[in-house]
Amino acid sequence: MSAPPKRRAAVTGIGVVAPNGTSTENFWKSTQEGVSVLDRVTREGCGHLPLKVAGEVRSFDPSAAVEERYLVQTDRFTHFAMAAADAALEDARLGRADTGRAPFSAGVVTAAGSGGGEFGQGELQKLWGKGSRYVGPWQSIAWFYAASTGQISIRRGFKGPCSVVAADEAGGLDALAHAARAVERGTDVIVAGATEAPLAPYSMVCQLGYRELSPVKDPARAYRPFTEGACGFVPAEGGAMLAVEEAGAARERGVPVRATVAGHAATFTGASCWELSREGLAEAIRGALAEAGCAPEEVDVVFADALGVPEADRAEALAIADALGAHGRRVPVTAPKTGTGRAYCAAPVLDTVAAVLAMEHGLIPPTPNVFDICHDLDLVTGCARTAQVGTALVLSRGLMGSNSALVLRHGAVGAP
Amino acid sequence: MTRRVAVTGIGVVAPGGIGAPAFWDLLAGGRTATRGITFFDPAGLRSRIAAECDFDPVAAGLDGEQAARCDRYIQFALAAGEEAVRDSGIDLAGENPWRVAVSLGTAVGGTTRLENDYVLVSHRGERWDVDHSRAQPHLERAFTPSTLASTVAERFGARGPVQTVSTGCTSGLDAVGYALHTVEEGRADVCIAGASDSPISPITMACFDAIRATSPNNDDPAHASRPFDNDRDGFVMGEGGAVLVLEELEHARARGAHVYCELSGYATFGNAYHMTGLTSEGLEMARAIEAALDHARLDGSAIDYVNAHGSGTRQNDRHETAAVKRALGHHAYDTPMSSIKSMVGHSLGAIGAIEVVACVLALAHQAVPPTANYETPDPECDLDYVPRAARERKLNSVLSVGSGFGGFQSAVILTRQRERTR
Repeated sequence: MSAPPKRRAAVTGIGVVAPNGTSTENFWKSTQEGVSVLDRVTREGCGHLPLKVAGEVRSFDPSAAVEERYLVQTDRFTHFAMAAADAALEDARLGRADTGRAPFSAGVVTAAGSGGGEFGQGELQKLWGKGSRYVGPWQSIAWFYAASTGQISIRRGFKGPCSVVAADEAGGLDALAHAARAVERGTDVIVAGATEAPLAPYSMVCQLGYRELSPVKDPARAYRPFTEGACGFVPAEGGAMLAVEEAGAARERGVPVRATVAGHAATFTGASCWELSREGLAEAIRGALAEAGCAPEEVDVVFADALGVPEADRAEALAIADALGAHGRRVPVTAPKTGTGRAYCAAPVLDTVAAVLAMEHGLIPPTPNVFDICHDLDLVTGCARTAQVGTALVLSRGLMGSNSALVLRHGAVGAP
Repeated sequence: MTRRVAVTGIGVVAPGGIGAPAFWDLLAGGRTATRGITFFDPAGLRSRIAAECDFDPVAAGLDGEQAARCDRYIQFALAAGEEAVRDSGIDLAGENPWRVAVSLGTAVGGTTRLENDYVLVSHRGERWDVDHSRAQPHLERAFTPSTLASTVAERFGARGPVQTVSTGCTSGLDAVGYALHTVEEGRADVCIAGASDSPISPITMACFDAIRATSPNNDDPAHASRPFDNDRDGFVMGEGGAVLVLEELEHARARGAHVYCELSGYATFGNAYHMTGLTSEGLEMARAIEAALDHARLDGSAIDYVNAHGSGTRQNDRHETAAVKRALGHHAYDTPMSSIKSMVGHSLGAIGAIEVVACVLALAHQAVPPTANYETPDPECDLDYVPRAARERKLNSVLSVGSGFGGFQSAVILTRQRERTR
């Protein structure tokens, strides 16, 4: 008996709610033009805090995107997730599971690093300001990290494997890999990704302890990785969801495979141990390339983690060189997140979206606000660069010590 | 060749049972650890009872720095992790660190610490524009739950995939299931897996009060957690943590390790129905059990014991009874099924891992832990719930199921002697 053909995880739909665009079209336009939307924080109750610059999602109207009954019981991070999931599934032409596809064959995987902080702060205020009887019925389902996965599963009728990786930044890639593996094991489609809403007053106070946070108040100078002026990172909100589907199932539906999730690996080298992340990130890259059956020279673009902390930037530049050899100094590297900020778990998911779009458009987006690179990297700055992109490598590291690498191939891989 | 996954070490911090021997003693004796809340003044709450751990981090082997820096739920995981690693006899310093993974679950993570600091920075709920100058050190560690797996990985020198799983009340089962996939599919040879939560704080108690999910039986806390009993009136909040050392079977054999059992199957599905509600049919949990049996290549008739979610809410116990009957058919009536939540309460994300450890111990002792406080049958719950006293029984394959807010339905199977029935 011959083995059945290997099931492959493909990207068939994209949904974005980002600081620089709340549709895939707007996101790509801003991203490839290198627009920076970093700005002073304007969210209520945050003006007095020392964290002055962030990437806010300002053109998103939750009530236009999500029904009232879901809005009242969820936090902003879940509003983003529901809207992004809708867009991804529409893009993939996938309807409600219980009216279309078999419900057990469609699942949801999200990564969450900060949970429903704004909602939680409101309920804490009721509890401590007025009394326990004032805590509402939705607190038990709005604040916790599983809220977005659960609500999307209910709203879309998806009964397949549902999961939540509660992770640092690298978890965004781990969630996509988790989805890809579920698809490889037998699920037809997983809507997967991450969204974050960490720009509420108390959530921002919690982040002040991150020593990697940029103290600079000028939005154009606050987040400049790989330069002499690197002074930390700028946080952001928003994120993206992707429809990750079995390539054969997509073919049967007549839906184009936009990219294949070809390889992934994750390692751990300790929270804020940035020098050690060189070895960890290189190991993750080697693992992801091996799983993808991809030689280093095949990588056409690297979406860098680009933390903006000098020793972390150095470690990343060296990791790319360690893992890709001489090709590491020639391959175009980009970090479009310098124009939007780092939306924690969602940051590498937005990079994955940008990677898919870069492959489709033959255009590598630039790294806004960044000039005069002080590392041995071909960082794309200024304008987008025309290039044939067949393979993209997306990198992410988290503040708690995770390193993750994802290899994407343009279109279908190994199709008959 | 299929890689198989062995359980070679266990550790647990549970109410009334810190360390595996004390924990099993509590379960085998059918004693309950539920009591009136002592951690804070619960006046004004509807449910003022909980299963609290009498836990001293330094006595449990943590150093002063760990105790000062780590939230209580992380302390539980470190203590349970130390016990599990010691129990397994593995020399982690001699392992390839890139092949050692960590997979830990938590439902609410650092919520207790977040609440404590919130009270300071908001001047007891007066201000939306909170005063950051009053925040205590290391607050960022409570902000993100990935601190859990990260801290445990740092302690044990793991450099492979390190994951925190947070699927509400199935987090513990899902973290163990994720670990199974990680080792089985070759991304690691060893995985430190489990879960931890310390949710006994005003905000968490109040939010479950608001939906009347927790028991208001404040006058009789020792008998308040009554899974499957007709007089059940909600779950009793708990806390704790449990950790297992999981190893690729040949890896364990090569170093001559004691193998408790194999982790043989896992599956999870969503009910896509309601964030907190459950149907009376249990279709999705049944599907998870069937898929876990497929994974383990077992028939339902091979299951010798069902470790129930058994939270003691009206809807859960009915839902779960229906699910087990749907999945196991008539065999369900011949299979003992018990809920240890009757004794140790419901520690949200942690309990799944604590229950997996209870299953490992049940296999080791060839005995089924009881459902304490079970007295009056409910006509809708008509299985053998092992009332009040543990029971000796020949056990080879056991099933642990869980159900959580968000619609998660998960199942894990452990097998002592792997003779596949199909």
